[in-house]
Amino acid sequence: MTWNESLPLLVLASSLVPGLIIFCLAEESKGLRTALNLVGVVLKLLLVAVMVWGVEQGQSYEVRFPLLPGIDFVLRADALSMFFALLSAVLWLATTIYAIGYLEDSPKRNRFFGFFSLCVTATLGVALAGNLVTFLLFYELLTLATYPLVVHRGTQVSLRAGRVYLAYTLTGGALLLAGIAWLHALAGNLEFTAQGFLSGLVQDHSAALVAIFVLLIAGLGAKAALVPLHGWLPQAMVAPAPVSALLHAVAVVKAGAFGIVRVVHDVYGFEVVAQLGVAGPLAAIAAVTIVYGSLRALFQTDIKRRLAFSTVSQVSYIVLGTAIAGPVATVGGVAHLVHQGLMKITLFFCAGNLAETLGIHRVEDLRGVGRRMPWTMAAFTLGALGMIGVPPMAGFFSKWFLASGGLDVGQPWVIAVLIASSLLNAAYFLPVIWTAWFRAPPETWPAERAPARGETSLMLLLPTVLVAASALGVGLLASMPFSPLQWVGLIVDVEYAP
Amino acid sequence: METPFADSPWTVWAVFTPMIGAVAAFLWPRRAALVGCLATLATVGSVFWLIWQVAQLGPQYHAMGGWGAPLGIDLHADGLSAAMLLTTALVGAGVTLYATAYFQQATETARFFWALWLLLWSAMNALFLSGDLFNLYVTLELVGVASVALVALAGNSDALTGAMRYFLLSLLGSLTYLLGVALLYGAHGTLDIGLLSDLVTPAPADWAATGLMVAGLSIKTALVPLHFWLPPAHAAAPAPVSALLSALVVKTSFYLLLRLWLELFPVTAPGFGQVLGLLGALAIFWGSFQALRQARLKLLVAYSTVAQIGYLFLAFPLALTTAAATAWAGTVLFILSHALAKAAMFLAAGNILKFAGHDRIADLGSGSPGIALSWAAFGIAGISIIGLPPSAGFAAKWLLLQASFASGQWWWLIPIVGGSLLAAAYMFKVAGLAFLPNDQGDQGDPKAAGARLSRRMKWTALGFALGALAMGFATPQILALLDSGTPFAQLGAVGVL
Repeated sequence: MTWNESLPLLVLASSLVPGLIIFCLAEESKGLRTALNLVGVVLKLLLVAVMVWGVEQGQSYEVRFPLLPGIDFVLRADALSMFFALLSAVLWLATTIYAIGYLEDSPKRNRFFGFFSLCVTATLGVALAGNLVTFLLFYELLTLATYPLVVHRGTQVSLRAGRVYLAYTLTGGALLLAGIAWLHALAGNLEFTAQGFLSGLVQDHSAALVAIFVLLIAGLGAKAALVPLHGWLPQAMVAPAPVSALLHAVAVVKAGAFGIVRVVHDVYGFEVVAQLGVAGPLAAIAAVTIVYGSLRALFQTDIKRRLAFSTVSQVSYIVLGTAIAGPVATVGGVAHLVHQGLMKITLFFCAGNLAETLGIHRVEDLRGVGRRMPWTMAAFTLGALGMIGVPPMAGFFSKWFLASGGLDVGQPWVIAVLIASSLLNAAYFLPVIWTAWFRAPPETWPAERAPARGETSLMLLLPTVLVAASALGVGLLASMPFSPLQWVGLIVDVEYAP
Repeated sequence: METPFADSPWTVWAVFTPMIGAVAAFLWPRRAALVGCLATLATVGSVFWLIWQVAQLGPQYHAMGGWGAPLGIDLHADGLSAAMLLTTALVGAGVTLYATAYFQQATETARFFWALWLLLWSAMNALFLSGDLFNLYVTLELVGVASVALVALAGNSDALTGAMRYFLLSLLGSLTYLLGVALLYGAHGTLDIGLLSDLVTPAPADWAATGLMVAGLSIKTALVPLHFWLPPAHAAAPAPVSALLSALVVKTSFYLLLRLWLELFPVTAPGFGQVLGLLGALAIFWGSFQALRQARLKLLVAYSTVAQIGYLFLAFPLALTTAAATAWAGTVLFILSHALAKAAMFLAAGNILKFAGHDRIADLGSGSPGIALSWAAFGIAGISIIGLPPSAGFAAKWLLLQASFASGQWWWLIPIVGGSLLAAAYMFKVAGLAFLPNDQGDQGDPKAAGARLSRRMKWTALGFALGALAMGFATPQILALLDSGTPFAQLGAVGVL
């Protein structure tokens, strides 16, 4: 096995192996567990960085071996997969440090970090999967690995949330399986191919292809929280803050959105999607989800629930950009995969800091918290402004490209959706920022746990500030080489090559 | 190819090694566990050698005493037999290991267990290697008798009632089968499957014989609606016995049905296949709903077996023309994956029962580290039962799905996929308990003698579960083994869809 073949496997092993060892550790061996976590994180980031550089240089990384009759287990690095893989590797680093600080002295940390590592392994597998069956394998592993994280606290509420989560995601997985099996029976091929591999079948099998498309999108939409399949996401909020951050920024919802991008671009190809007439309905669902999620967020008083509905809305930008066939909109949608990840993880880290340090869970309790926790609230402000789409934050670029992409292909209604959503974003984020910075703080906080010094533990604050800074950075440096926006250009070049 | 021992009759050893062990265990009850371990080693060795021969050299034949059919008894091993022998050897080895720790004291129960278990193993191997309808009846009866005695081992009233019901239904099943055999013998004057397959015609007598044999074997395989004997028997038995019954014994009669269907029965029976498939779908839904409703862990696992058996029968309507090889390969893979996963679940459930002193689901809790590995085994086995990738259960369901599309009967995906979702529902109903905080639920029963589980019991259960999960990656090798000899070779390679 050559180096280029083993690299994708090593990327998976760098979190799988530490995770499996952590399961076997004694609960007290904190030092070893932390060391394993950090070694895994750093190693993975290095390996992914090497691959990103290699892909940019035109190297190909692929490993395959037979799995089922006519189907291989394939891991392959292309521009799109490395885009998602790098996001996951970076955010896993931040989240691991955050989680080590967050779970200080709580029980069952071995179980937590073990499944945490499995979860990241699954996400990287989703990113690197080279065909639909390999994708399904890791997609289902992701469901199984996140369930224990959602129910980690073991309370009745979290167990119920876990059941709801499974009901949605496993049903989604079953629909996906049915779609993939049907597609294999029809096309005999499931390999992700730039611009799709189904154009030869449109003539004779258009009805079947539409049905398969519906199955696949419904299966992926359950994780991507497309309305009306979003019900599990706000409930899953009972999970510990690092889990919510991971769920919303990289792992679960993103796996769904990433899968939709893959299906539209690399299974069907945007031309076939347009010929079949399914692009319009998909864009419409995305638009409805964007507006509906923002509307619901407006009426939430719990901070994490407000953020959850905000995720429902924001993730559909990716779907919208994918459904509007056109290179510019695709740039906006795919870039939002990273932009939304950075901004949303910032917001969830902040929510976790507030809850851990001051016991704040509700928007009304935020009065004057900016003075008590300036760094956290500064990060929160950056993230929120990005979500609204204020330049030069990353979110602005997503919306800009989506809007101009919509105009390019003669679909100006996209702009209306974006304006409505941005207004709603402002309506539910600005009051939070206002309350935190400009209202007088109360006498006592709901449940203050005074740290030795500083506004909160450094393990919590450092990742928060770092991800906020990078959310700002990718916006400011959007035209630098290797910025998300430039990298998306590489992806779009392949997908829209003549 | 010239190999050492190539002409040695490993088919014979696969049958007689456990048989000799059974006699020895009966004669030296004090050393029964040791005899059991040695016999297991020897049996696994001979079986693996035989499988290797089948894989490398093709089907193996041996005429006992040099007589040959139709006068004497023939043993023969092809890919299908090899797959069944492999399943039995894997599960058997693990159960032997588990049982050495489970039956700690040399009680009377333990002594009988070893003799009966080895006898059961011998009978099953003989069944997989026989090609003669009457020998098959004898081995089927032996399997039934040994199983009933194993259920009765627990000795309490539940076990005795369960065993009695099992005995009566098992007898009904084998007698129905025997009646069919008698009709065929009366009409054609031979019992050898190979010879009969050329003589059988779509005549009324042969049709009646087919119907009787299928019905008898379906009773013994616990196909809904003739399943009611299974849950009490499987749940009341000691843990290693439950594992053997659910993982292996129900599959023996199904194997026989499969072989007769492929080699003997008139292939022009699509309506018949549809009926079996519908009953299979019914079994999937009914068994799963019952599993969801159970308040006791072992009963839940037993009803899960009822549901999973339904999947085996889905292949009968699917196996049309080009889809046949795929459908049957999926079914054999399902037998293998279910055997490993269900053995893991019953052993894990046995550990949990022993640890907590009961198996009432509502009162079970998990927190304590002493039982965590067993919960993990239960959960990982669940992945294969639900049929999520990369488990062998997934590969099997994938092949069934491909067969339903290839045969133009997409609607069979409803039971295939629906059964997965229901399995997820009853698996996670239990698996969620593992996440209760430490101070909830039972902390283990201090009075229960076995509250401290031996490491061997925990790891055997986990080993089975991980095996079922990893088996998915060995799918190409297993399918290649199946292609050796009839009946699969004549269906065409599975790889070509």
